[in-house]
Amino acid sequence: MEKETCTFSYCQKPEVVEVETDLLLIGGGMACCGAAFEGARWGTPKGVKITMVDKAATDRSGAVAMGLSAINTYMGENDPKDYVKMVRGDLMGIIREDLVYDLGRHVDDSVHLFEEWGLPIWKKADDGFSLDGFQARDQGKAMLKDGGVPVRSGKWQIMINGESYKVIVAEAAKKALEFNRQATGVAQNHFERIFVVKLYKDANDPKRVAAAAGFSVRENKIYVFKAKAIINASGGAVNVFRPRSTQEGQGRAWYPVWNSGSGYALGLQAGAELTMMENRFVPARFKDGYGPVGAWFLFFKAKATNSLGEDYCVTHLEDTKKLYSPYAEKLGTCIRNHMMMVDMKLGKGPILMNTHTAMAELAKTMDAKRIKHLEAEAWEDFLDMAIGQAGLWACKNVEPDKEPSEIMPTEPYLLGSHAGCAGFWCSGPDDLGAPDHYHWGYNRMSTVPGLFMAGDICGASGHKFSSGSHAEGRIAAKAAIAFILDHPDYKPALKETADQVATDLYFPFETYEKYKTVSTDPAINPHYIRPKMLQTRLQKIADEYFGGISTWYMTSKTMLNEGLKLLEMLKEDAAKMGAANLHELMRCWENYHRILSVEAHARHILFREETRYPGYYYRGDFLPIDDKNWKCFVNSTYDVEKNTWEIKKVPYVQLVAD
Amino acid sequence: MPSYVITEKCDGCKAQDKTACQYICPNDLMTLNRDIMKAYNQEPEQCWECYNCVKICPQQAIEVRAYQDFAPLGGNVIPMRGTDSIMWTIKFRNGSLKRFKFPIRTTPEGSIEPYKGKPEPDISKIKQPGYFTHQGAGKAMPTIK
Repeated sequence: MEKETCTFSYCQKPEVVEVETDLLLIGGGMACCGAAFEGARWGTPKGVKITMVDKAATDRSGAVAMGLSAINTYMGENDPKDYVKMVRGDLMGIIREDLVYDLGRHVDDSVHLFEEWGLPIWKKADDGFSLDGFQARDQGKAMLKDGGVPVRSGKWQIMINGESYKVIVAEAAKKALEFNRQATGVAQNHFERIFVVKLYKDANDPKRVAAAAGFSVRENKIYVFKAKAIINASGGAVNVFRPRSTQEGQGRAWYPVWNSGSGYALGLQAGAELTMMENRFVPARFKDGYGPVGAWFLFFKAKATNSLGEDYCVTHLEDTKKLYSPYAEKLGTCIRNHMMMVDMKLGKGPILMNTHTAMAELAKTMDAKRIKHLEAEAWEDFLDMAIGQAGLWACKNVEPDKEPSEIMPTEPYLLGSHAGCAGFWCSGPDDLGAPDHYHWGYNRMSTVPGLFMAGDICGASGHKFSSGSHAEGRIAAKAAIAFILDHPDYKPALKETADQVATDLYFPFETYEKYKTVSTDPAINPHYIRPKMLQTRLQKIADEYFGGISTWYMTSKTMLNEGLKLLEMLKEDAAKMGAANLHELMRCWENYHRILSVEAHARHILFREETRYPGYYYRGDFLPIDDKNWKCFVNSTYDVEKNTWEIKKVPYVQLVAD
Repeated sequence: MPSYVITEKCDGCKAQDKTACQYICPNDLMTLNRDIMKAYNQEPEQCWECYNCVKICPQQAIEVRAYQDFAPLGGNVIPMRGTDSIMWTIKFRNGSLKRFKFPIRTTPEGSIEPYKGKPEPDISKIKQPGYFTHQGAGKAMPTIK
């Protein structure tokens, strides 16, 4: 099919702004805020210029934009080796233990900074009950760094009053960037509302990436950021599979609805090697509102059962072990989903979180004042991080101390910082005894020299969560500064002209403007595809062929191949994306990023001939887990010029003993 | 519909340096209609109900009406975010109310000095594990043993 080209005959030509920097941070979430803090400290005395570019406003961008009620990764008294064991157990045996251990040994420093900056952290009172951040301060409880005792909801989690978590972390990052800006004398080094769409290869060294280009979603401007090193931390992918909600509620995805797969798409088009893209995350959450269940399970000790009161993690364990031993015994997140779904398919739903019995049990030991505090804690869990769930309970007259609430597995998401591990194959630290194929000099650098990854897209190393993503951004930034200092003579150069970049990014405008009057209503027009339809078709293909909700997460070789045929045509059609305004232009490119992310996901599932993550997805043609042939990583690289994929097995090496 | 703007209350942030909701929305949804100088949510089915527009609006002109494809009418959740804490009012469909107040921050807004009292980085150790904070405090990083 013929490609549309942009000659600016129809759409307005944008101004192209060139920004020269040394270290470019793509994204403004937890990882890039961490990168700004650590990077500016190391880089500034050496005159290294650091620039952050964020699609939104950094105060409220990324996955922590709404807030959080807990920090899920805090070592405290624990040994990072035990953290590795937990992550390995939850992610079915295949993780990069060097990356996970490295994160574990670094992460607490970030949490200590958050508290110092003003994040209220719950502390344990002398009588064993919990104090919120103000009560703890007023009672003179010590800070975590000075031995203060947090309120643990689980072995790794601590409770916080986290409504302003991101605002606080962003303030520190912005101050760090300002410190760097003043010292290096640049006019601006923090750009908000610029959506980075593409990375560009270096004109003289085709292996390297020299620049990132994006456009303003506020004015008619394109930005080309030339950099000596780049940290890509622009997030995983949501709304790639058809969601359970069909209209307004599509926005209430569990994973933040603005994470459009840009992290994957930017890196894979630059040729960075992916790992474990077959992995996905399907959280079991309160139905429709997708409110968090972690505090209910861990902190309030609530039990989930089927509607007959049976604990599916007991009744189906023996059967599950037959296919998925020795992993089933660890009761990881996907295994629990699997057993829940067995009951759902038997018609034993709805599955219920028994909030009422949990609260009644806790109330037995409490006076009226404490019970009131407990109720506030339960609501805060939602109000800090899934306000829509509180609204849904209010609309349904649900009072958690009086009745249970339904939980359900969501549509699939692609990510690598929660209980998932889809991402890029990155270099790890060199002091942990890891095999040679795990490290190549610079921590968290991808297989593309100078291109670093952090947060949701650094692969095979899940369970970082918010604190771990911040910590990983710091690790990546320090290594990126070292990389820049090691290559003092490198000058990034593009072979594309500013006009060519503008043409690349703005073609959906040109297409729309050229054809919009062909039909009486621009909504229906044979010459272009609007972003909403691009997304809808992608979701339908992913859902029906790649194991979404409509097939109970089931797929197979034949289904995958059929879906990939349709996906290829969608990818071709993306050359005819049409955008009526800057908002739609952003949606067009977001959805293109989603398409590429899903393609990687499907190709990896096709390659791995086993069911590694039952409860996340199933290969109907290879239903058991097959450690003999598949206890290994699956890695892939995409050739953007030829539109081809190379996929291979990569050996897994255990570094931490059982 | 997620977030919606109350016509009578919205003044388009005329007196401010920027339109607050448009500035903060993480998903580029809140938009100022310059003809009438009032904001609106341009793509309600992509709204996460993160409430950042609600919290930031200086006129309290933005509320959230729950997603009608699964939520019955009549409930709502209204925050009042101050500088150190947030007040929530939850109104149930049956009319009952709950109110909660939670801390949000223990330091004044804008008071963070990220490097104050922190060690200087030792560039000779940039390739060793540990942040500048660890290294400056003489904390050795553990390894797998």
